[in-house]
Amino acid sequence: MTGGQAGRLRHAEHVMGTVVSFDVPDWAGEALGQAVRWLHQVDRTFSPYLADSDVSRFGAGELSLAHCAPELTEVLEACAAVSALSGGYFTTRPGGRFDPSGYVKGWAIERAAAMITAAGSAEHSVNGGGDVQCVGDRGSGQPWRIGIADPLRPGALALVVAGRDFAVATSGVAERGPHIVNPHTGEPATDLASVTVVGPGLTLTDAYATAAFAMGSGARDWVESLDGYEAFAITSRGADWQTSGFRAYLT
Amino acid sequence: MRRVILTIVGTIAGLVALLSFKSHLPTAPSAAVSTAGGTGSTSGTGSTGGTPAASSSPATVPGEFPMGSLAGQLPAGETAVNGHVATTVYGPVQIQLIMRNSKIVKVAVLQQPMNTVNDIQIGDFAFPKLIGETLTAQTAKIDAVSGASYTSAGYIKSLQSALDNGA
Repeated sequence: MTGGQAGRLRHAEHVMGTVVSFDVPDWAGEALGQAVRWLHQVDRTFSPYLADSDVSRFGAGELSLAHCAPELTEVLEACAAVSALSGGYFTTRPGGRFDPSGYVKGWAIERAAAMITAAGSAEHSVNGGGDVQCVGDRGSGQPWRIGIADPLRPGALALVVAGRDFAVATSGVAERGPHIVNPHTGEPATDLASVTVVGPGLTLTDAYATAAFAMGSGARDWVESLDGYEAFAITSRGADWQTSGFRAYLT
Repeated sequence: MRRVILTIVGTIAGLVALLSFKSHLPTAPSAAVSTAGGTGSTSGTGSTGGTPAASSSPATVPGEFPMGSLAGQLPAGETAVNGHVATTVYGPVQIQLIMRNSKIVKVAVLQQPMNTVNDIQIGDFAFPKLIGETLTAQTAKIDAVSGASYTSAGYIKSLQSALDNGA
């Protein structure tokens, strides 16, 4: 499915169990195709739902790391770093079995956006099922405007953030029900209805959002301690909070 | 100029049913865009020829929603745009927006479930809510939506789906 306004190309690709939406210059179709192929390649390698993916076979002990795609080593090392930084709230075993999806999706989307940058675009965005990488601005010097879905009012927006060259990732319960587990208790995280993290690149922004959601009420101080990242959360009781620098993204 | 002109988001009997619309600016190609899931189509009856006004001022909120298409009886300067057919557990729902200068001036119901007691609820409560949320999204002028990951199936009902089709 493609569409859009003059000068722009919009494309929505069903991949990785969700839909990835592209907004790119209309001449960047070839790079868009390359990015789409990359996402399908990531899916084949990293999907925990495909029995013959490297991630499934590695998790089952059928395949050694040395025989997996080299990107898996890179992902594992990065996951370990995020896990350490988050005090163990980020984990590659969220449901008890090996599943690095909490890192892989943001990483794959940021890379897809970088491919389109490499092809010469300075103004595009890629939205991976609700986690967005924005490159440059939306044109004419205007910042990208990203609506934050309100988890307590389906279909409505909680607020809008605006920015350039930034990433916006939200973790929450809205679409799939409680699915992020607090690794320290083994129970679903319930403090927050959703938490949105804003930062420079989607890879870490998305991983931090996942960790922040598992962390719950402690996430505010934690994100406050991260240089270059800000957060906005809606609690399960309908209250909200934001870190001190978040207001810079409000319009 | 790249922005959401019209977006419909609505909750119908516990489901989020989304109907999206493609704006038809004078300079935009008039080709219809099909949805990713193939559940509906977007079409317009033509361009108004007017310059779209800034969408920050509130559009008219219709007080009632006539049944059936109004496309054949519009005054000059008004355009009918049909939404996607949203499939709900009660049956298909489709509405039509009447636009003037990129603003919603009227809403008509093209399809709504007619067979069960629940349909009364849909007609009485869901459409006013739907219209209100439309106007919220219309004035928000957003490029994308960040939220808890939607599934591939959930995408079709999502606001992002409307953006992909209608911006």
